[in-house]
Amino acid sequence: MDHFYFDHNATAPLCAQALETAVECLREVYGNASSIHFFGQAAKERLERARRQVARLIQAQPKEIVFTSGGTEADNLAILGAVRSSKRPDRHVITTAIEHPAVLNTCAELEREQAAVTYLPAGPDGVVDPEDVGRALRPGTVLVSVMHANNETGVVQPLKEISELTRRAGVLLHSDGVQAAGRIPVNVRELGVDFYTLSGHKICAPKGVGALFARAGAGFEPVTYGGHHERDRRPGTENVPGIAAFGRAAEVVEQELAAQSARIAALRDRLETAILALVSDSFVNGGRAERLPNTTNIRFDDVSGEALVIALDLEGFAVSTGSACSSGAVEPSHVLTAMGLSPEQARASLRFSLGRCNTAEQVDALAGAVVRAVERLRAIAPARLAHV
Amino acid sequence: MSEATIGVAMSGGVDSSTAAGLLARGGRRVIGLTMQLWDQRRLPQLSRPAASGRCCSLDDVHDARRVAGQLGIPYYVVNFERQFEEQVVRPFVLEYLEGRTPIPCTLCNSFLKFEHFLDLAGSVGAGQIATGHYARIRRDASGRLALLRAADRAKDQSYFLFGLTQEQLARTLFPLGDLSKEEVRRLAGEMGLAVADKGESYEICFVPDGDYAAFLEAYLEQEPVAALPAGGEIVSSRGQKLGHHRGVHRFTVGQRRGLGIAAGAPLYVIATDPRSARVTVGGEQELYSSRLVAERVNWISVAPLRSPARAEVKIRNRHQAAPAALIPIPDCGAVEVRFDEPQRAVTPGQAAVFYDGDLVLGGGWIAGLPASV
Repeated sequence: MDHFYFDHNATAPLCAQALETAVECLREVYGNASSIHFFGQAAKERLERARRQVARLIQAQPKEIVFTSGGTEADNLAILGAVRSSKRPDRHVITTAIEHPAVLNTCAELEREQAAVTYLPAGPDGVVDPEDVGRALRPGTVLVSVMHANNETGVVQPLKEISELTRRAGVLLHSDGVQAAGRIPVNVRELGVDFYTLSGHKICAPKGVGALFARAGAGFEPVTYGGHHERDRRPGTENVPGIAAFGRAAEVVEQELAAQSARIAALRDRLETAILALVSDSFVNGGRAERLPNTTNIRFDDVSGEALVIALDLEGFAVSTGSACSSGAVEPSHVLTAMGLSPEQARASLRFSLGRCNTAEQVDALAGAVVRAVERLRAIAPARLAHV
Repeated sequence: MSEATIGVAMSGGVDSSTAAGLLARGGRRVIGLTMQLWDQRRLPQLSRPAASGRCCSLDDVHDARRVAGQLGIPYYVVNFERQFEEQVVRPFVLEYLEGRTPIPCTLCNSFLKFEHFLDLAGSVGAGQIATGHYARIRRDASGRLALLRAADRAKDQSYFLFGLTQEQLARTLFPLGDLSKEEVRRLAGEMGLAVADKGESYEICFVPDGDYAAFLEAYLEQEPVAALPAGGEIVSSRGQKLGHHRGVHRFTVGQRRGLGIAAGAPLYVIATDPRSARVTVGGEQELYSSRLVAERVNWISVAPLRSPARAEVKIRNRHQAAPAALIPIPDCGAVEVRFDEPQRAVTPGQAAVFYDGDLVLGGGWIAGLPASV
């Protein structure tokens, strides 16, 4: 059976250029980038090339890029690093209820460290209201963290409006840009962010590598301790093959961004149109907001999203719902409930996230499989599956 | 939906793993599914390191996933935590507070495995389900499906399955019903399943160390669905006050330990009454009772009884089925059971299951026994 991948917000397949770069570095560039000799210099050269490539993707300066083990570490570094560097007793953080667990659970840790945290809601379209940010600011506010684009709905947040408020208040702004970078144009200067999180594997680089943009002059302290790597901001021997592949993938994605995002948006719209036309009581979550071109989140009333994901997987289509807990079981999406959906509606929602490998034929086959699976699910004890 | 595809409920234990293996080896299209029923970290007061080895632990999911990988079958974990809490855990707690001793495994079978799980399997394309239960299903001459005890009497789990309906039986397979535990372990070993030597657990999966009182207290602290019972008097069956206790939920019929009363002969709990907060105790002979009323009776393998009949009746899973007369009580779905010989510790809330040899006729829930003690 053929399997088709519609879960690019979870992770994306490696692009050929990133694979080639990673293999080449694994084979040949084995020096430690901190060493002064030939081998170290070769590694350092690849590292700095990647830094320029990644910086270019988001219009940053290379020295503002700190390589990490991934998006989660970059979120931790920005949030813990910025807040811990403030010694105010009334330190306060503002974030949103729709953030990724890498942000939410880092903020929860700060609460255990006696910092106050405000979790802002999202509106029914999944958009955070900048005025809510303005109202939540207080004298002790150290950091605001608002994601650039949501992983489940693809809804893009009004970062520019928020950064106007934070800049005026002298408060640092962090944004998790893991889903946005490489899918929509990102310019950290225009957005006005002080910290911006990137992940390699969402832009077709290998897993285990990411980066934090830290604006020159934005104060934060390291959260792990060791050598002088990454300008004393993140210790540990650099993963040169991963970082080099990340840089190459950033270059590719940047060059192809305009063309790919138009192509993928057309596929996403084709999928959405087909499903909404053929499946009764189906709705796009966050459909009226500005969204990433590759994501759609669709609610199928009276259907268990969990069963639908399994049914589609057995037909060869990989999609996702909610977020998996440690066992792999699905929990209702905190993003969708924060937008005002009931737990039943959240459980009845599915995320389709497209990527470079998808074709119109695949999209049409997926739409057909969705129509058949929803019909079957609704025929079998719909009330019991969806509402108990 | 394909009749040919079978959804196997895989717990990560040797029984359900072997059931899945036998079906897959027999050429059936099999989907492995693990029900996530309870988060062992849900009540942090009860957390112990040992929690990792129990039902629904990550270790069990890991094992089930590994077996599915070995068998080359698709595998998924499905989240039934909400249904489990609403239909098994909460009724268990409320029943216990009513002075009964419920069997969550039967509720779990009736509502989770053979209702939600069956629905879920059907909705992903599996017309039938299979579990690792030791019991058998046969079609009788009239076409009705009958539930039978397992070939291995020592492992028989039919006691927990009396609540199933004909529709549920029609879509269920028990691949281990004709096998002994030793054969199952041997087959698991032959198939190279990673769990062939895994130990087994008899305790209620969500109650750590079988400590019901601690579970109830922790649950009620987090979910105030009812008040925790206050302390009360311990009395003899003649009403004589013998001592104090710290809540009827700490006692179950037949219990001997934890009474804190010095007496010449051993004392046993013979009844608990949440309304008066009284725990009645007595000598061992007072534990014996020769009748009970079974409520909400389900006739699984036969038509509902209209006139008295003979059967062997089991009042606990570990009880040796005892000969009795079944006397239907008209129009209320209840049956009076009159044992030939008095039975020890007839416990309200447990099930009374009626057998004719290997055949499970039906069963019901043991009602309170104010008159008989």
